[in-house]
Amino acid sequence: MSAQANTAGKDAGQPIAFVSAQALRARMHDAVNDPHLRTSFRGAMDFLMAKRAAQFPDANELDSLRSLSESIRQYSLSKLPDLLEQLEANLTRNGVQVHWAETPDEANAIMLDIARRHQAKLIVKGKSMVSEEIEFNHAMEAAGVGALESDMGEYIVQLAGEKPSHIIMPAIHQTKQQIAKLFAEHIPGVTYTDNVDALIQIGRRVLREKFEIADVGLSGVNFAVAETGTLCLVENEGNGRMCTTVPKVHIAITGIEKVVEKLEHVAPLFSILTRSATGQAVSTYFNMISGPRRGEDKDGPEEVHLVLLDNGRSQAYADEQLRKTLQCIRCGACMNHCPVYTRIGGHAYGTTYPGPIGKIVSPHMMGLEQTHLLPTASSLCGACGEVCPVKIPIPELLIRLRGEANSEPHANPAMVGQGAGHSALVSFVWRMWARVHARPGSYRAFSWLATRFRAFTPKRQGGWTAARMPLQPAPRRLRDMVKDRR
Amino acid sequence: MSKAPEAAGAGHATRSYPPRPAAVYFYATCLVDMFVPEAGMDAIALLEREGIRVIFPDNQTCCGQPAYTSGFPDEARQVVESQLDLFPGDYPIVVPSGSCGGMIRWNWEKVVANDPALKARAAAIAERTFEFAEFLVHVLDFKRPDQGPALTVALHTSCSARREMGTLLVGRELLARLGNVTLAIHDHESECCGFGGTFSLKHPDVSTAMVSDKVASIKATGACQMVTADCGCMLNITQRAAREDQDAGRASASLPGEHLATFLLRRTGGSTT
Repeated sequence: MSAQANTAGKDAGQPIAFVSAQALRARMHDAVNDPHLRTSFRGAMDFLMAKRAAQFPDANELDSLRSLSESIRQYSLSKLPDLLEQLEANLTRNGVQVHWAETPDEANAIMLDIARRHQAKLIVKGKSMVSEEIEFNHAMEAAGVGALESDMGEYIVQLAGEKPSHIIMPAIHQTKQQIAKLFAEHIPGVTYTDNVDALIQIGRRVLREKFEIADVGLSGVNFAVAETGTLCLVENEGNGRMCTTVPKVHIAITGIEKVVEKLEHVAPLFSILTRSATGQAVSTYFNMISGPRRGEDKDGPEEVHLVLLDNGRSQAYADEQLRKTLQCIRCGACMNHCPVYTRIGGHAYGTTYPGPIGKIVSPHMMGLEQTHLLPTASSLCGACGEVCPVKIPIPELLIRLRGEANSEPHANPAMVGQGAGHSALVSFVWRMWARVHARPGSYRAFSWLATRFRAFTPKRQGGWTAARMPLQPAPRRLRDMVKDRR
Repeated sequence: MSKAPEAAGAGHATRSYPPRPAAVYFYATCLVDMFVPEAGMDAIALLEREGIRVIFPDNQTCCGQPAYTSGFPDEARQVVESQLDLFPGDYPIVVPSGSCGGMIRWNWEKVVANDPALKARAAAIAERTFEFAEFLVHVLDFKRPDQGPALTVALHTSCSARREMGTLLVGRELLARLGNVTLAIHDHESECCGFGGTFSLKHPDVSTAMVSDKVASIKATGACQMVTADCGCMLNITQRAAREDQDAGRASASLPGEHLATFLLRRTGGSTT
């Protein structure tokens, strides 16, 4: 059994074949033409939108909660360097060992080192998107240490050799029939059943045994409280609590932006997080971790570590506008409400974080070279910004990133890969466009020609006529018609 | 599968409206000027019939939105700067498009932010810029008897109108004031039609998926036409529907669309033709 359960890990031992973000268009094409994907994501997103809406019946209350949450996040970020130092001091005082990692490789090396010191063979994991961001499972497998997901969705995704397609619901793209097939194939002694309760029980039995034998437990962090040195963990399945209390060693990993100053800052963020994410008034579990087992404690790990990861976050932090990206509390509401995400699902993005938040955060983690097309894949409808619990102006940031990608490369860029989307031709077209429209005389001449010679309008108009009848200017302009009347 | 909740579009906090002015500036937008001039004529006729003098600044070109949203802020700035002189009097500025109105109201200031004097002028212009339907309801309290036959229509509110200008409810209000018109709310009414300016050119697959869904959900209501106050969305939806008609060999348009101004003028007995 255990050999088999590790197969998942063995599959994940290969670098996950996640095609580069430059192939975005091809993946989007495949996704929108997959009727099963279209139906399942539409249904799931409708469900989640309805659940969230039911939590916020009063628009005024919602707006004040969002404003409060935005203020807390902005306040925390404004003091981020100080708060991180304070967090480190208080965690250290509580007996937690704090590590700093600038890159995914550094983070993985730190954690591998801890695992090796304890001769760890198996690390059991609670849900952590940062661990996905650094491809933790792959790094551990490559070093001969097993890493097993214990969140049910993550477990399914790991068995399938995939990445999460949603940050809150990692296996939302899988049907119960597909999960039944996976379980029957990968877990010995399991016969095919697509009864959801039975499937959950099967998963639980496998994982329960793993909690007992795992040497290290890994978890993410939702909020790190600087003043008290407390790590807060929001979850529904109880596996997070198992990972952080049963194994002898607990390693928590999080991005440097997750810190808040005071315990009282957590309550409003926690409340708006669960309501925005899954439409729950509160999650099933809320864990507050303040250090390893103390003398009189009956359980708990003997060692607790926190790894604080940068991975591009300080680049976003350095720019006043881009810093707003770091307000995110990872609720996933932006993807639930995104008409693009709804149609292509999470995998098409080719990034750890999909959807609107993925489009604004991935360029900092991966550089614009790989990701410059992501910010263009939005109609700027604004649904994401409207539901964001911390009021991140996502459309505004997408426009900024488009500009960073378009501009000619220059010295001291705000971002790695600045200018990666630069095209001399496209820039020339926009310069010409500006010349015409910034000079009323030129515009009058241009629009006169466009209407007078409308018969010569090209019938093929790029992406527009892929599925639409071509546009043709009117026979006469409004300004001509207005003049005629007078 | 549950139905998505209908998002009202919080828009921005309610703004204060001026008393009925003697005159307004009409900022037609490049799309109306070149592609849908009849919508501009009808909007002007509606305003004039209410006793408002309409000034059409001849030097108007474009609000700069295409460059701004495509990530060419310099080019957008050049165009915006050329438009700041158009409105010397202190009359309100009426725009028959939610997205161009939103551009003027929220983004002109940002685009010229580096020059404090220009920024102040852009801010003053933003304060007196109104989306057409918003102006009809909140400033003119437009009420004319409906003279047309009983009709069921669908209303598409652009994302900018909904979220930047907060004009979802005024569009509905104007239709509700027409006694013989029934508004059919389509499935996923609040969802984007997939236009998004250059998005429709850059990402035709997703854009097509979005507009096809929009066409299908509007048709499913049984409405005999669509009304909208944004020509970008209108052309996106109607040209997609026309393509479906062509592909299916249908001779007549299965989903005609009209600008709200054209629809209102016709229903209340006016005409510009």
